[in-house]
Amino acid sequence: MTAATFFFYLFSAILIASAFMVISARNPVHSVLFLILAFVNAAGLFLMLGAEFLAMILIVVYVGAVAVLFLFVIMMLDVDFTELKQGFLQYLPIGMVIGVCVFLELFGVVTTWVIGPASLTNLEAKAIPGMSNTLELGRVIYTQYAYLFEASGLILLTAMVGAIVLTLRHKVGVKRQVIADQNARNAMNAIEVRKVASRQGI
Amino acid sequence: MTIDLNHYLVVAAILFTLGVAGIILNRKNIIIILMSVELILLSVNLNLVAFSAFLGDLTGQVFALFILTVAAAEAAIGLAILVTYYRNRGSIAVEDINMMKG
Repeated sequence: MTAATFFFYLFSAILIASAFMVISARNPVHSVLFLILAFVNAAGLFLMLGAEFLAMILIVVYVGAVAVLFLFVIMMLDVDFTELKQGFLQYLPIGMVIGVCVFLELFGVVTTWVIGPASLTNLEAKAIPGMSNTLELGRVIYTQYAYLFEASGLILLTAMVGAIVLTLRHKVGVKRQVIADQNARNAMNAIEVRKVASRQGI
Repeated sequence: MTIDLNHYLVVAAILFTLGVAGIILNRKNIIIILMSVELILLSVNLNLVAFSAFLGDLTGQVFALFILTVAAAEAAIGLAILVTYYRNRGSIAVEDINMMKG
């Protein structure tokens, strides 16, 4: 057994085990932690495939941003998760049936497929030997797929605006600074001269 | 014994199955459902990168990058909707989401 084989089986075994724990853990915080473990092992598999840039992006984006976002939301919401867990046994038979069906179909596809000979010759963006993965990806993304790249930037912008619009709320009763009102004040309407009767006050 | 494309495809198939099963099993907990969707997208990414590596074509990795973008956007929007829903209803049970009675 070579080192590559060993690491492939190590990464995939931990990946599958942690994915199983994600869907079956009792505590959602544990689910998120197992999700992080799954992503790290998937990044290991990406590294073995030679996709170093995607592996690092997976760690930075998923572990650094998405998983932490999940953790934040779980800890912010004060939800009784044991109550939400109750349907698990009820849905277990149908879940198993559908899961086994999906897996058998996918397995059938995986064991019987062949690559068409045309697709081996008509490569869209041929990998250049001797060039680093990041350099190759950059050469392809910024030229051939520039429009798609900008579209994905727009998707991220939409997500950001949407998330802000959805979660921003204006509480009533909070005094906010209104710059226009402050600038519109002048001595005429800010100062008032009153005649105060002696020994009485206002 | 060398690792070929089919090994990666089987791993991705198992991961996809676990994601689908997770959606069905945790029907009440929308946070776990979102995590299962992330698992499914991860398995698709694994497929794309494996094909890209074994065919010597970079397109698979480019599209895996785009899927990563979409997955991050989906998680952000989904969690924002979840927070808003929790503020309005005080719970995140999925079967309570029938206010619109569509």
